[in-house]
Amino acid sequence: MTAMLNVKDLRAYYGQVQALHGLSFSLNEGSLTTLLGANGAGKTTTLRAICNMVRSTGAIEFEGAALASKSTENIVRLGIAHVPQGRGTFTTMTVEENLQLGAISRKDKAGIVSDIERMYAHFPVLKERYTQQAGTLSGGEQQMLAVARALMLRPRLMLLDEPSFGLAPLVVRDLFKILGKINREDKVTILVVEQNAQLALELADHAYVIETGRIVMSGNAKDIANNEDVRKSYLGY
Amino acid sequence: MELFINKVLAGISTGAIYACMALAVVMIYQAIDHLNFAQGEMAMFSTFISWQLMQWGVPYWWAFLLTIAISFAGGILIERLLFKPLAKAPVLTNVAGFTALFAIVNSVAGLIWDFTIKQYPTPFGSSPFLGSQLISTHQAGMIGVTLLMLLGLYFFFQFTRIGLAMRAAAALPESARLVGINTSWMIALGWGMASAIGAVAGILIAPVVFLEPNMMGGVLVYGFAAAVLGGLTSPLGAVVGGFLMGVFENLAGTYIPAVGNELKLPIALALIIIVLVFKPAGLFGRAIVKRV
Repeated sequence: MTAMLNVKDLRAYYGQVQALHGLSFSLNEGSLTTLLGANGAGKTTTLRAICNMVRSTGAIEFEGAALASKSTENIVRLGIAHVPQGRGTFTTMTVEENLQLGAISRKDKAGIVSDIERMYAHFPVLKERYTQQAGTLSGGEQQMLAVARALMLRPRLMLLDEPSFGLAPLVVRDLFKILGKINREDKVTILVVEQNAQLALELADHAYVIETGRIVMSGNAKDIANNEDVRKSYLGY
Repeated sequence: MELFINKVLAGISTGAIYACMALAVVMIYQAIDHLNFAQGEMAMFSTFISWQLMQWGVPYWWAFLLTIAISFAGGILIERLLFKPLAKAPVLTNVAGFTALFAIVNSVAGLIWDFTIKQYPTPFGSSPFLGSQLISTHQAGMIGVTLLMLLGLYFFFQFTRIGLAMRAAAALPESARLVGINTSWMIALGWGMASAIGAVAGILIAPVVFLEPNMMGGVLVYGFAAAVLGGLTSPLGAVVGGFLMGVFENLAGTYIPAVGNELKLPIALALIIIVLVFKPAGLFGRAIVKRV
């Protein structure tokens, strides 16, 4: 397998404060990888650095193209969909408009129409509410919408920032099931940042553990889930 | 009763202009969170351009369309040259930028076309509209052209992809970038459209207030009042606020003896203050809650 995304010696800064201290990792095409770590470890910053939403140095390569000098919107147009923390829902617009916005960089009108139908098949609840203002959806429904919006890009790589945040355990299970399905059937490479380590390790095939801006552990998701020391010191369960 | 209807209709026709100015102000406010003090001067300059074109023999409607196109390009140019570099600057720097733009546009217009008051033609004539003494053909034309433009804008924002992208960029810039929207160009486009809307307002009101570099001063104050009344976050509110403002101004000038024509403008200012005190978000706006 070839590496789809290569991150080397990534350092990121918020003003004078350094949040990432030379992070390196790679994602294989077709993989479902999770990035674990405690609050403030730098998980969100890593995702934001990939999309050039925070000042950073180091090399990030996506399918051979260097991302460092590209603007966020141009990185997205390469096929990297980013579901941000807090979902980034356009709350004053309808569900359907949110989906349309996900595909705003695409030109193939027929493809967009059929993709919207596909999303309604993945997430039937969105079909029931397609004329409703997105802000009136429940948290779980908004997360589904955020994932669907990201998929409307027809991404090659999807970055998800704490998709389980604030959701009921049952809803989280549903959501993760769908993510697994998208990964297998639509061949979308996925990088998911999670605090819910147990669930994320069940879903993922590869895992990185991050602490204070550095990768401290990487490996097969099952091995990491079974490693007693890792669980106690980094994952806290 | 006839006087009342007459005043209401006249109010609606000037209200249409206030609505345009308020809408232009709101469009830029939505995009960059600042009030464009120079919106009126930009509209005045556009009106002069159309006048100049007509002086050179261009027919009215061609001059009208050409001026809209020139104003659109000019608005984009002003954003790219002046306000894009100021995007991350503090509020006061932006205020200074707008004030400078106001002064520059006003002076340049005076320099090119001098400060004497000029007649401005109307294609509608000023005879009674449909034989009725209540409203003139020009007033009816002002209302008609404005409504057509508002309808066009509504369809643009509701049913085109670029309109959707502009709404998204104004509502949530970061999310908009994450779906691949170039938010910086959406802001420039907003400036272009605001400038073009202002041009329409200027051209329509010029036969009433006459053409001169300070013609839009009062109009912009009413436009601001209308935008505040309707809510700075709501384009619909700005339009409704504009029409209400026009009617209110005319009725107050007629029926409140102390007001008269001279005190109409302070009424607009008083209205701004009253709205800000009792309903800061305006009639249609949403309260802006910021997490800190």
